[in-house]
Amino acid sequence: MVELAIRNARTAEAPADPLEVPALTPGAMADSKPYPASAEHQEKIGFPGELVEDWKERAIDKLGDLVGKSRGLRVYLDSCVKCGACTDKCHYFLGSGDPKNMPVARQDLLRSVYRRYFTFSGKYFPKLVGATDLTEEVLDDWYSYFHQCSQCRRCSVYCPYGIDTAEISMAAREILDTVGRGQKYCNEIIGKVQTIGNNLGLQEKALRATLEDLEEDLEDETGLEIKLPLNVKGADILLVTPSADFFAEPHVDGLLGYAKVFHQMGESWTISSYASEAANFGMFIGSYENMRELALRIRKAAEELGVKRIIFGECGHAWRAAYAFLNTLAGPFDFLDQHYPIPQHICEYTYDLIEKDALTFDKSKNDHIRLTYHDSCNVARGSRMGDTPGGQFEIPRAILRAVCNHYFDMPADTIKEATLCCGGGGGLLTDELMDIRRKGAQPRMRALQQVADEHGVTHLAAICAICKTQFAKLLPEHGFEMDSIVSIHQLVSNAIVLDGQISDDDDDDEDDEDDEDDEDDEDGDA
Amino acid sequence: MAYQYNGTTVEHDEEGYITDISLWSRELADIIAKDENIEMTDEHWEVVNFLRDYYEEYQIAPAVRVLIKSIKKSMGKDKGNNKYMYHLFPYGPAKQACKIAGLPKPTGCV
Repeated sequence: MVELAIRNARTAEAPADPLEVPALTPGAMADSKPYPASAEHQEKIGFPGELVEDWKERAIDKLGDLVGKSRGLRVYLDSCVKCGACTDKCHYFLGSGDPKNMPVARQDLLRSVYRRYFTFSGKYFPKLVGATDLTEEVLDDWYSYFHQCSQCRRCSVYCPYGIDTAEISMAAREILDTVGRGQKYCNEIIGKVQTIGNNLGLQEKALRATLEDLEEDLEDETGLEIKLPLNVKGADILLVTPSADFFAEPHVDGLLGYAKVFHQMGESWTISSYASEAANFGMFIGSYENMRELALRIRKAAEELGVKRIIFGECGHAWRAAYAFLNTLAGPFDFLDQHYPIPQHICEYTYDLIEKDALTFDKSKNDHIRLTYHDSCNVARGSRMGDTPGGQFEIPRAILRAVCNHYFDMPADTIKEATLCCGGGGGLLTDELMDIRRKGAQPRMRALQQVADEHGVTHLAAICAICKTQFAKLLPEHGFEMDSIVSIHQLVSNAIVLDGQISDDDDDDEDDEDDEDDEDDEDGDA
Repeated sequence: MAYQYNGTTVEHDEEGYITDISLWSRELADIIAKDENIEMTDEHWEVVNFLRDYYEEYQIAPAVRVLIKSIKKSMGKDKGNNKYMYHLFPYGPAKQACKIAGLPKPTGCV
């Protein structure tokens, strides 16, 4: 009886299951779509300025071209058996209930057209095999629903055939661009990188001023001359980081963290104004040419500065683009020091130092934080770190445990390879898509609520600029402070003990009030 | 898409950012602010003026941290912080204040 009462009480209080399947609401998100790219933005990156007259023929030609070039895409379009395993795996479906946000339905938007024009049965018996003509309504549906996919690949983990919706969504966006229906957010940004060097449009003069300002802050904080070097020829390391690290909160704190670690190790390093962007939005729109342009900037900067190593800062899809594609897009990098990974992730770099006992931390500096970690989707499912499988899950956590006393994982079906997207990835981090961003974030917010209830978790760390911005925007709607989203290297920055640093014990420890700490240092899992 | 006032027409984009920044005026700022449900006070103007000065020098809005540091110098510690900036500009100092100041929207993962 007592047990039953307790259980009832618990269920009454229990937060919603993060992965609870909603009731179906057909058409719920049909009106969601990004702003169209202007003619200027389209043409700058090699696409027609507006919908071309012969769009239908061109779209079909482009689809044929893509399935001809990519065996993978053709297999993904051919092999779905409608088993249903993916239907409840997309965060946008879980948040919106719109059946077209089921991964299989999203894929079918392209698949049905592929069948109609590129398969025998679809050409002659379209109705029997679910093949559809390419019409204006279909094109509108593509524009809407392929911009409700963050290319996070969670669904592909559960697909018995490994069908990758991200590839399908990239192909669809590439076709849309080809016929003149590009999306403003991504395409404007790609153009900016090609002319200025970063997503923000931060020119060298502004970047230099910003870095000098931050150097001042570092000196005020530590009493040390910690540098954020720019365009230093002959430096050993080129740091390529998302430009959000120069601009937004909490991103900047991550940048200061990298700088402190480099300083402590006496590294010779530099940022490049020419390649002042790790992000590669060419990937989001499936455009090989644009992806390559952006990757080549990094190569050029590395060659011109004469560096020996390239290290990437905290950025999710950038790490996928770098880890998986940099070498094929812009390699070979035979002019770099082959003793180091090419490229290397800043987390690999810091972790390696921790393993060698080369860094000292005062973990108590993070004692006001009870922490969990959001695996950023592109790092989790599109890349790796270190030299063992799963390194991309374990290395960030190992760093966090080294710098923070209170760490707890979120539920197992929402982290690591099963991680949920933040809701803003894949080129959706734009204000007009706030509704779908909010809905897509819901499963992650529920998982966070669960560890907040169970372990008093107060903060969420991430290693992706998009995740950080998305959560800074949405956490306040869920009862968390805006600054409860943190960079990994922000926590490193808090805890690292630098040689010769002035001590700051005047900010005393009055923040212990809120915990009836059950002293459990133990983590959510082993 | 345009703001209309006193017989003047100033084009803006889908989100209300003016497309020709040379057409900005204090009067227009008041109109944009009203659309954003913001009543401009001296504190709002302090931020807007700083953004405009910074933009003139660097062709971009400053990092939030740089803005806050400057406001701390001019208005003191109580107002030179992120919370106060969001109190002034609930949709975020970077985007909303830029819109009122007639500057382009900061783009990227921000």
